[in-house]
Amino acid sequence: MDYLTIIQILDSTVRLATPLLLTCLAGLFSERAGVVDIGLEGKLLAAAFLAGAAASVTGSIWIGLLAGVAGSLAFSMIHGLASITFKGDQLISGVALNFLAAGLTVVVGQSWFKLGGRTPSLPTDARFGEWNLPFSDALANVPFIGPLYHELISGHTALTYMALLAVPLSWWVLYRTRFGLRLRAVGENPSAVDTAGVSVVRLRFAALVIAGVLCGMAGTYLASLAAGFVKDMSAGRGYIALAALIFAKWRPWYALSATMLFGLLEAIGNRYQSITMGDFTIPVQFMQALPYILTVIILAGFVGKAIPPRAGGTPYVKER
Amino acid sequence: MNKMPKWADAVLIPLISILLAFLLSGLVIMAIGKDPVMAIKTMVQGAFGNSNNIGYTLYYTTNFIFTGLSVAVAYHARLFNIGSEGQAALGGLGVALVCLYVPWPHWAIALPAAMIGGAVFGAAWAFIPAYLQAKRGSHIVITTIMFNFIGSALIGYILLNYLKVPGSMSTESARFGAGAHLPTFHEMLAPFGIEFNKNAPVNVSFLIALLAAVGFYFLIWRTRLGYEIRAYGQSETAAKYAGINPVRIVVIAMLISGALSGLMAINNVMGEAERLIDNAVEGAGFIGIAVALMGRNHPIGIVLAALLFGFLYQGGGELSFWESIPRELVVVIQALVIMFTGALDNMVRAPLEKLFIALNKKKEA
Amino acid sequence: MSVQSEAGRQATAAPTASTAPIDAPAIELRGISKAFGPVQANKDISITVKKGTVHGIIGENGAGKSTLMSILYGFYKADAGTIHIKGQEVQIADSQAAISAGIGMVFQHFKLVENFTVLENVILGAEDGGLLKPSLAKARTLLKQLSDEYQLSVDPDALIEDLSVGHQQRVEILKALYRQADILILDEPTGVLTPAEADHLFRILEGLKEQGKTIILITHKLREIMEITDTVSVMRRGEMTATVQTADTTPEDLAELMVGRKVLLHVEKKPATPGAQILEIENLHVVDEQGVERVKGIDLHVRAGEILGICGVAGNGQTELLEVLGGYQNGTGTIRLNGEEIDLTGKNSDGQSRRARGISHVPEDRHDEGLILNFQAWENMVFGYHHAPEYQKNRFLMDNAAIKAMTQESMTKFDVRPPNPKLEAKSFSGGNQQKIVLAREIERNPDLLLIGQPTRGVDIGAIEFIHQQIVHLRDAGKAILLVSVELDEILSLSDRIAVMFDGKIMGERLPSETNEGELGLMMAGIAEENPGEAGQ
Repeated sequence: MDYLTIIQILDSTVRLATPLLLTCLAGLFSERAGVVDIGLEGKLLAAAFLAGAAASVTGSIWIGLLAGVAGSLAFSMIHGLASITFKGDQLISGVALNFLAAGLTVVVGQSWFKLGGRTPSLPTDARFGEWNLPFSDALANVPFIGPLYHELISGHTALTYMALLAVPLSWWVLYRTRFGLRLRAVGENPSAVDTAGVSVVRLRFAALVIAGVLCGMAGTYLASLAAGFVKDMSAGRGYIALAALIFAKWRPWYALSATMLFGLLEAIGNRYQSITMGDFTIPVQFMQALPYILTVIILAGFVGKAIPPRAGGTPYVKER
Repeated sequence: MNKMPKWADAVLIPLISILLAFLLSGLVIMAIGKDPVMAIKTMVQGAFGNSNNIGYTLYYTTNFIFTGLSVAVAYHARLFNIGSEGQAALGGLGVALVCLYVPWPHWAIALPAAMIGGAVFGAAWAFIPAYLQAKRGSHIVITTIMFNFIGSALIGYILLNYLKVPGSMSTESARFGAGAHLPTFHEMLAPFGIEFNKNAPVNVSFLIALLAAVGFYFLIWRTRLGYEIRAYGQSETAAKYAGINPVRIVVIAMLISGALSGLMAINNVMGEAERLIDNAVEGAGFIGIAVALMGRNHPIGIVLAALLFGFLYQGGGELSFWESIPRELVVVIQALVIMFTGALDNMVRAPLEKLFIALNKKKEA
Repeated sequence: MSVQSEAGRQATAAPTASTAPIDAPAIELRGISKAFGPVQANKDISITVKKGTVHGIIGENGAGKSTLMSILYGFYKADAGTIHIKGQEVQIADSQAAISAGIGMVFQHFKLVENFTVLENVILGAEDGGLLKPSLAKARTLLKQLSDEYQLSVDPDALIEDLSVGHQQRVEILKALYRQADILILDEPTGVLTPAEADHLFRILEGLKEQGKTIILITHKLREIMEITDTVSVMRRGEMTATVQTADTTPEDLAELMVGRKVLLHVEKKPATPGAQILEIENLHVVDEQGVERVKGIDLHVRAGEILGICGVAGNGQTELLEVLGGYQNGTGTIRLNGEEIDLTGKNSDGQSRRARGISHVPEDRHDEGLILNFQAWENMVFGYHHAPEYQKNRFLMDNAAIKAMTQESMTKFDVRPPNPKLEAKSFSGGNQQKIVLAREIERNPDLLLIGQPTRGVDIGAIEFIHQQIVHLRDAGKAILLVSVELDEILSLSDRIAVMFDGKIMGERLPSETNEGELGLMMAGIAEENPGEAGQ
């Protein structure tokens, strides 16, 4: 494996990790506020569909982004209605939303475009362009640093850079602002927040709004990358992001590492159908399953214990 | 003190929830420019119009009874098993191995063996999440989701590398021997002079599923184990006080749950396909969640809910054929049913409770 | 969420106070009513509390005290009635409105974020501006002032989960003071405190009162009312039965007002005739799941025909002692029943084996342990004994008909009302629920009965019945280990009293040779050095 190959794999890692990272941060805000969100997958899918549809009709991916975010937000609000307003089961609501997205995208897509549930493919100018950072071309031929800068650091879409920026931003919001303090508190002990005169409902909805926006960005990214929407195109990424969230112990910087790791696994799996190590061959299916296997190992607590926010999963009911 | 009569809780609320779900589904159909009444007619015709259609409806119903019971057993122990999909897939592997590697002389011998194969593999796939939940507190919802993916990768690997017929293009196992062929309704009803369509996949597994539902009732409400499962599901601290071992209950409840999911494979793998194909479960495991929720985790409710989803599934297929409405419409309906019967329960319950309290007050006055 | 609104709110709270008439009462409630579905929790309640006084509200469990205070703190909206603060009518729609009106509340179960620091908990909801840094800095200074002023010292950077219960309570008080509360409501504040901590709390409250704060103390303990309040209101079944000056009343009068009739505070019983040693405990240690040592080497014994009462403030190891004996907590040491050692960690250490050996257990918490609230009475009547051969129809199925018949009989015998085996446990009153548990455990005819908080949340009528049943069982020659935080109950039921503090037995006393004062000191871990004092 030469240097350029490594750079290329890492470059593909960043590409593949971008939607995971955005989705993982979405889950982070939601779960830190005490709302468990296994509906990430559905939001991702809904956003990808609406983004693909809007971009193909208008020819602008940025309008696609607006549509994707709107769709994801709508799903977030249904989740809030069920799990916050009506104090329903968050897990069941999430499961239902995943199916709703899987079904609706195809039913509506077929009705709109008559393409068997896909959207028309997006031409290059209706997709996110790659941003070439300054001096990218000039430095391309400099040994070692050149490829690193040209291939890996430069040349990603705006959303990738936004996703990377979202990491320190999330950290800052969570740990340095009043909103973050309240958000973390509501995920740990909502009655403490409530008795302090702050609305639990509003905070949790605020968290879901953030989650909706981030998922919307991630879904739009997927639609742009694949040049349009196809049925079930999220392909379990919502669940991988959920796994990454556990892996990251619900912290922003760890979320970056976890999603990069899972992105790397996917990148390697895409490049090599099987990996041979001496006499032993690692099948591609193993690489695909590795994020899930790793998450189970983490959950089992054999490698560091992942402690979720204490109030996660339970609707807040005032005590008498 | 009771706010509502029992019948309202057990029948009225689910009924209203389902009506709401169907109402919304109707709106979806209208939104895509189709006629809901026409759609329902097509679906009813497609699901019950002739014995072929009925045969398909009951075939799907069989799958959903198994997965619905599977989800419900776990639910009684307050465990949310989202892993039925993977457990049923592994059950398929178990059934396939039993059917492929033993030259069975007759289905009556093959079936019990296949049932054991499916149940054991399904249970085994549920065991690790169960054990991790019981011993390490790893959230079973997450681990079972993960195991669905891991299971799907595992089946893909085994099919591709071990079970695939060499030279064949499709990733599926060889066809099972004739001795592993389960009698279909056509074959079962012919001796009685009843003509049932030859092509319909419904088979003797349907009766096994009904037996499983009866067994489920006795297990949950009449045996000590069922008593302990329900007690644990209601209150873990109380269960500990009563000398009920939480680890044992979690593991056993999940093993039964996984086994029931695995049993589904006698229907789809042994009964219908007669070979192992990739993604044989086709989402039946997830539909089990809707079936259990709608059926209020009671076998009668589950059988009825499974029948409803069998109808939706088969009718939905016909819908895509005749009305060019994608069969994913069924997934939408499934989602809405889960949403309304599961997560939005309070939306229906709270106004009803108020209504009943007002009625009671009137009665007293 | 702007900086402006936060600052503005705090600024406006003060002027309303200064414009109000000087002699206006701090709080006045007029005709408050509240129903939860069919249950009338508060019925036409009116109270007036003068500024700078301590006002007690006393009543049994379920009398409606907490509901009333929740209304005052904006948790519930009253169906009828008005609230006046410093002479002005206010609408308290939520906690925010209560805080703005100058009300602070210390709940029975603290409302603190466990993995936050003291400082973070104090500013939560009362931050200055959108960024934390300036808020934290300001709070640190202010907290120091408040701590010094009211003897409320806590480490501002400590995590809540690392603090003792008493210190956590101080954080709650600091939270209220930080929000400039001048009316402080405390809901059963001493339930989790040692007597020494409770004394310290009362000194803090005295200090607050001297500074002109108004304090409302909700409790069911007569002693606390007599000790600290200026005026006291009595609640019974959702109604306010009386409001009197504390100096003009006696504990006996208050007790009568609480329950509505003369109370028999002592139990009719003959002297005990202890027989053979039934239970012997030697050097028992218990370490809980968090790795905290809860029981630190205790020795105890109980004879046949004897009630050993264990008293102590909640959380000093009594619960764990009962759990070990009941078979659902690991312990080390030696426990013998009828002279035979019982398995503490091995295969036979579970609850089923304990029951088989003749140990019955009425647990401290009947809602979370003793009963499955959603199970019907007959299902609860075999809870823990569901493996007993007489309840089985055959190898596989339970004999539900036999269980129902047995339940019907037991319910009549133990006067459970209504005597309907098919009613869910949650539909019974506290007293009747306890009778179901008691019936189940006593009817097994155990050698040893463990019984924790037998009358917690139980109405007075049922208390007498339950006490009689316990004494009957003793007179039938059974050994009884009683754990209670109610000193009255311990003193009136026990034949011998052991005091537990910090996982250890502080000493044993005979009820005839001790009193509440001495036991109170022992419960605080003080009297250990002078065991002879009681005899002098």
